[in-house]
Amino acid sequence: MKPINQLTSIVTPLDRVNVDTDQIIPKQFLKRIERTGFGNYLFYGWRFQEDGTPNPSFILNNPLYEGSEVLVASHNFGCGSSREHAPWALLDYGFKVIIAPSFADIFYNNCVKNGILAIRLNEENVNHLIKQSTEHQKKIFINLKEQFVQYEAEEKFTFDIDPYWKEMLLNGWDEIALTFQFEDQIAAFEKKHA
Amino acid sequence: MPKTIIEKVWNDHIVYEEKGKPDLLYIDLHLLHEVTSPQAFEGLRLNNRKVRRPELSFATMDHNVPTKNRSNITDPVSRKQISTLAQNCQEFGVPLAHMDHPDQGIVHVIGPDLGLTQPGKTIVCGDSHTSTHGAFGALAFGIGTSEVEHVLSTQTLWQSKPKTMEIKIIGELGFGVTAKDVILAIIAKFGVDIGTGHIVEYTGEAVRNFSMEERMTICNMSIEAGARAGLISPDEKTVDYLKGRAHVPDGKAFEALKRKWLSYATDDGAGYDKTLEIHSEEIEPFVTWGTNPSMGSGISSSVPYASDYAVQSDREELRQALTYMDLEEGTPLSSIEIQHVFIGSCTNSRLSDLREAAEVVKGKSVHPAVTAIVVPGSFSVKLQAEKEGLNKIFEEAGFQWRESGCSMCLAMNDDVVPPGERCASTSNRNFEGRQGAGARTHLVSPVMAAAAAIKGHFVDVRNMLSVHA
Ligand code: SF4
Repeated sequence: MKPINQLTSIVTPLDRVNVDTDQIIPKQFLKRIERTGFGNYLFYGWRFQEDGTPNPSFILNNPLYEGSEVLVASHNFGCGSSREHAPWALLDYGFKVIIAPSFADIFYNNCVKNGILAIRLNEENVNHLIKQSTEHQKKIFINLKEQFVQYEAEEKFTFDIDPYWKEMLLNGWDEIALTFQFEDQIAAFEKKHA
Repeated sequence: MPKTIIEKVWNDHIVYEEKGKPDLLYIDLHLLHEVTSPQAFEGLRLNNRKVRRPELSFATMDHNVPTKNRSNITDPVSRKQISTLAQNCQEFGVPLAHMDHPDQGIVHVIGPDLGLTQPGKTIVCGDSHTSTHGAFGALAFGIGTSEVEHVLSTQTLWQSKPKTMEIKIIGELGFGVTAKDVILAIIAKFGVDIGTGHIVEYTGEAVRNFSMEERMTICNMSIEAGARAGLISPDEKTVDYLKGRAHVPDGKAFEALKRKWLSYATDDGAGYDKTLEIHSEEIEPFVTWGTNPSMGSGISSSVPYASDYAVQSDREELRQALTYMDLEEGTPLSSIEIQHVFIGSCTNSRLSDLREAAEVVKGKSVHPAVTAIVVPGSFSVKLQAEKEGLNKIFEEAGFQWRESGCSMCLAMNDDVVPPGERCASTSNRNFEGRQGAGARTHLVSPVMAAAAAIKGHFVDVRNMLSVHA
């Protein structure tokens, strides 16, 4: 996975609560056996009309937000299934950072494992970001090492993150390789419980 | 110090701990299915890694499999996913219950069926409804594909210790009220993210009285309340259920195991980070009317009004849900007409579910406007039901009797609800498009689904059941 630290991007606002994994990537697209190629189907039901043409009122189809790497949404983002296809689709589409007041647990983990930075900000700041970025396309600056996002010169919000996940994201570590360093402890546990 | 079952099982599985880091937990049982595993096996191959403990893994095919003609998977991509799992299991030595194997079924139905699921175990699967296995007092949770790969190669996972939550169900359930109604009522009362960051233990008189099947229904939907896992302390019922199952030893070994299992139960006086309570008398047969599992009400009530909600974002969410569901505010739930009925899924496809539903439909006919299917949770549930003649009861009433699998719960196979049509479903998710693009899902218990199939609209099943008291 690719390391992530700083980035500057336009923010894409998705003003919805409880966005579930069935919305992020509908199940008819889960049959691929690769990790790539899911971006075309991201938010499929909202993004496309019944005849398959883009839905002009959906934010991802607004050319002003093209190339955005940061998605901001309301609380409980990523609820529902454990499908990692959801972060794969977000990443494949180009989103590297998701901001919301809260995330579903499994989704949050799945983001970390794929190098997506999921940032929890309080509801008030998120609502502000959603409102502002709906009205005009402004750039946001994100710094993981220093744990802050900056929207306007005077709008700097800090965020919390588990130090272990932070290290993983900053370094782009392969978690399995890390765990292999604990081979002896694993073997000892197995011996004791055999 | 008295401990909860959550702490006991957790502490028993710590391989390594260090301040400021998640704990490295040992995993006792890893269940796999065809949808969330291919990329994990591919990862192993790319990095030249092997499966550390294939004998602690167990795979089956459930999400994609046809429920009509097993030998003919029309969708080439589904076929590929299924054959890929078979190849991966063979290459890495993972035991597999293939589509045609007598042990096949929905992964969360066969684990308990086979006795793989046991109290005190840590159980994971690339599937959020892994919480089902918590009914036995196991710490069971869903994981993503990267974690599947991690467990395959190390038999461990890094996990931050979650908070503990008790959900106490006070009093006995009323006549005709099922475990499904209880969990829907809990989610409606407390919301879809109340459990985030927590593992839930369900307690109270009603829980003790529940059969193991009913406990599975409750634990199954823990994830719909946002909790990663939900469990119930083991008792004699748990032990009785497991006795004699294929993967449970017998004789002296069983006696020793039984003592160990029971020792996991929460100690008297143990504390939780949070406790929520719900009174059984508040609960009647439930129907969801919206697009997440918290949007439901008792059958005697109506679709709410936007003006019932104080917060603007809740009103907006209601409006979006009702637009999708094509429902008006204030519509009585019993007037909603349905075109499909699905009895199945890892929430409600066990033998007891089918027996109860059969009781309702016996001697009656499915409404002419309704297409109704029963999809047993596993091959063995299907066989047992056929032995008891349940298939006959369903078929005579006009239901279709199918092969086991996930089927219309997520409609990855051919069992799809057409756009704009309504389904009374015993599954666990009513998200937009879950049962097919544009399909409208109402979550209910098996008896409520059976009653709706007969009437063509929702009804209070209590009026159709005879009281055996
Ligand atoms: S029955 Fe439905 S919820 Fe259960 S494992 Fe299958 S798809 Fe998932």
